[in-house]
Amino acid sequence: MSGFFNGLMRFRRGPWEMLASILIAVGVIMLMQPVVLWAYTYSFIVTLTGTVMFIVVSHFPD
Amino acid sequence: MSDTPIDRVAKATPPSVAAKIRGLSDRAIAWLFVLPTIFLLLAVNIFPLIWTINLSFTNFRANRPNREVDYIGLRNYERILTDEDIWLTMQATAHFLFWTIFFQVLIGFTLAWLINRKFKGNDLWTTLIVLPMMLSPAVVGNFWTFLYQPQIGLFNYGISFLTGIDPSSFQMIGDVSLAPWSIVIVDTWMWTPFVMLICLAGLRSIPDYIYEAAEIDRASQWRQFWTITVPMVLPFLMLAVLFRGIENFKMFDLVVQLTGGGPGSVTELTSINLKREAFEKWRTGYSSAYAIILFVTVFGLASIYVKALNKVKER
Repeated sequence: MSGFFNGLMRFRRGPWEMLASILIAVGVIMLMQPVVLWAYTYSFIVTLTGTVMFIVVSHFPD
Repeated sequence: MSDTPIDRVAKATPPSVAAKIRGLSDRAIAWLFVLPTIFLLLAVNIFPLIWTINLSFTNFRANRPNREVDYIGLRNYERILTDEDIWLTMQATAHFLFWTIFFQVLIGFTLAWLINRKFKGNDLWTTLIVLPMMLSPAVVGNFWTFLYQPQIGLFNYGISFLTGIDPSSFQMIGDVSLAPWSIVIVDTWMWTPFVMLICLAGLRSIPDYIYEAAEIDRASQWRQFWTITVPMVLPFLMLAVLFRGIENFKMFDLVVQLTGGGPGSVTELTSINLKREAFEKWRTGYSSAYAIILFVTVFGLASIYVKALNKVKER
């Protein structure tokens, strides 16, 4: 776990890509869940943030 | 000595053109070959995407091209993301996605595990199982509508044979509670072989010596399955899940042919809903915003898919 945070602090590709993937997955779940409307409303911004983040961090060093 | 095809092309090239090409660097010639493809990509993919993003901020209607177009900012996005009907469509898509992936992974992995064991007629069974995914979705949708017919359909008679229920007492396509399951069954029937093939590739990539070492350590079959087979097939399985997830998120042809989104709108998946907004209601700006939302979702999932693919390659 500390390796993950170290990677985040040192702008390493692996952990940042993981974080972006989690954001995308959360966004997709928010988009399709049947429980709360506000989660659906904010799903797009979460997915968009994750996707843009993924494009940016995939250029970070390994 | 006879000329090679390259020699013949070189001789047939007019001297003026040959002189021009001779003066170009390797890099320039490479660009010359790549440029038409780049141009096509820009014209067919990138330009429509940028144009759609532009339209998504307007109230443009394609059936009224002469009407003045107003820029309305993020209002289209706001409308879509607060619309309960579209939210219901997303839920129908989620139901379809979840259950198709669940059944396809379960049955696909089981079939792959069985096929991976050496037995007589192994190749014939593999070919037979793979047949459904080779058919056109329109054809599959069409013949399943016949299979689901309450009067003459084989599906209803099969259920009747197994459970004793009267075959004409239920309608898979016409019933609000059964219709979502009817599309799940057909997609599972069609695409389970694909998941099976990916799982089979994963199972065949596991070296035998790992199992031999486990045998020496007296690990039971059950333990070998959970500590060797499952972890080593998992990246392949994840790949299959992501691939099917992306494909089913965009599902259109099979469901349109089978149920047309009905009864009511219980099987109206996002792509069908989008097509209605764009080409039946002609709300072009609104449907452009809708398409961008779906595009970003699929693009995000595809990014994870590529990452998973690279992990599998590293193995």
